Amino acid sequence: MAENDGQRFDRLPATPDEREIEGRASREEVVDWWTERFGVDPETFDGVTFWEKGSGKIWAFSADLPSPLRAEGLGITVLRTRQEHWKPTTTGVKRFARDATKNVIELGPGEAAAFAAGHDQQLDRWDGDWGYLIAAHELAGQLEPIGVGLYLHGELRSRVPKGYQEELATLD
Amino acid sequence: MNPLDRYERLVDDPEAFREACDRPLPSVVRVNGIAATPERAREALDEEGVTYETVDWSDRLFRLPDGSPGTTWPYVHGWLHGQEEVSALPALALDPDPGDRVWDACAAPGSKTCHLADLMDDSGVLIGNDNNLGRLSALRHNAERLGVSNLVVTNDDARNVSLDSLGIDGLDGAVADVPCSCEGTCRKNPDVLEKWSLGHVESLVGIQKGILRRAIDLTRPGGEVVYSTCTFAPEENEAVVDHAIETTDAELVEWDAPLDTSPGVTEWEDQQFDESLRKAHRVYPHQNDTGGFFVAKLRVGDEDAVEGVSA
Repeated sequence: MAENDGQRFDRLPATPDEREIEGRASREEVVDWWTERFGVDPETFDGVTFWEKGSGKIWAFSADLPSPLRAEGLGITVLRTRQEHWKPTTTGVKRFARDATKNVIELGPGEAAAFAAGHDQQLDRWDGDWGYLIAAHELAGQLEPIGVGLYLHGELRSRVPKGYQEELATLD
Repeated sequence: MNPLDRYERLVDDPEAFREACDRPLPSVVRVNGIAATPERAREALDEEGVTYETVDWSDRLFRLPDGSPGTTWPYVHGWLHGQEEVSALPALALDPDPGDRVWDACAAPGSKTCHLADLMDDSGVLIGNDNNLGRLSALRHNAERLGVSNLVVTNDDARNVSLDSLGIDGLDGAVADVPCSCEGTCRKNPDVLEKWSLGHVESLVGIQKGILRRAIDLTRPGGEVVYSTCTFAPEENEAVVDHAIETTDAELVEWDAPLDTSPGVTEWEDQQFDESLRKAHRVYPHQNDTGGFFVAKLRVGDEDAVEGVSA
């Protein structure tokens, strides 16, 4: 099999059987991952194409274009593959997993503010899966994802990227 | 000299014009429809105790009298984006449809680009180009923050770019929000008035003409092109559009601006412009308490007209 060219965007193959590049994820595996991990409705990704640029970095784009493609950006980064535990991005969760039904941890006002500022915190009440969770809080009547957290040994580690971290108000 | 002296004879009320140019600009945010409705954004601001007023010509723009929106929950969630009122005009003028293929020639840092994505329901193909690589990171950051997934970011000289590699042979629409002398941003950056020179204006005109020309060439017959600047200088506004309609098959079309504007001018110093330039819009700061702006909407000639030109 050929090797990944990290300098350009390549559309993911539809299924693992159509894989031509070593280690590349397929569209089917990416959609299944979001469904299995977070209960995201597969229809969320109807019309969305997935691309790899860089090693394992997966981008979601809302239309289709000829592959391979040289550009500075294509849609938004949603997932990091080519590692044992695939890692969702904050922007991917906020755009495509707002209706997630699994592995969503609801944070109280103080916890939400700490998480958004990038702080890790002890949260022993979670009795679900370990690994990557969607941290969410209630705002204007509905649950809204804040970003991705890594839950291990009773601790929720904020994975909000530095550029998105903010010191925010604790909502009453 | 203060370049604003040049425009006193163009405005209805020179005193109000000069007074408005001296006042600081209110902080304004646009509701990002990809992430939230205006109602939900208002509710979130209310919950956080942030003071705001809805702009009277749009339910999607709020003025924040207490300043920056950067550290509020709805902002962090990408429901709001800091954007001057007048900078909403190019996307509203183009009014793209979901599924369209649209090119934004000078996209960074991306406020207008993300507004286009919003009006396209984040579907179709939106090409955000900028020749300044350093500014592209701001464009990408803003687009990701606002959840824009229909954007291709490119780093080309807008005057001679090709869209062949994207498989696009005719755009439905384009926005040429070109580099300009920025006099209209004087309420935000008073420096622009001190640094102003006619030589700088003249050096920009060639670039502006080249970008508008390319936008027209890349757009399919019947498609639309919006030309905009944040300057009052007719050399960079009506003169550039006049040159485009003279040298291409594009023509100016009417567009009802949602706020108070003045028509484009048809003469300036020793230059005369086509009468249709009156369809363009000038926005002076005293008219709506905003920055200054210029926007013109053009339609590329229909199939018959194109054949006629080539025959």
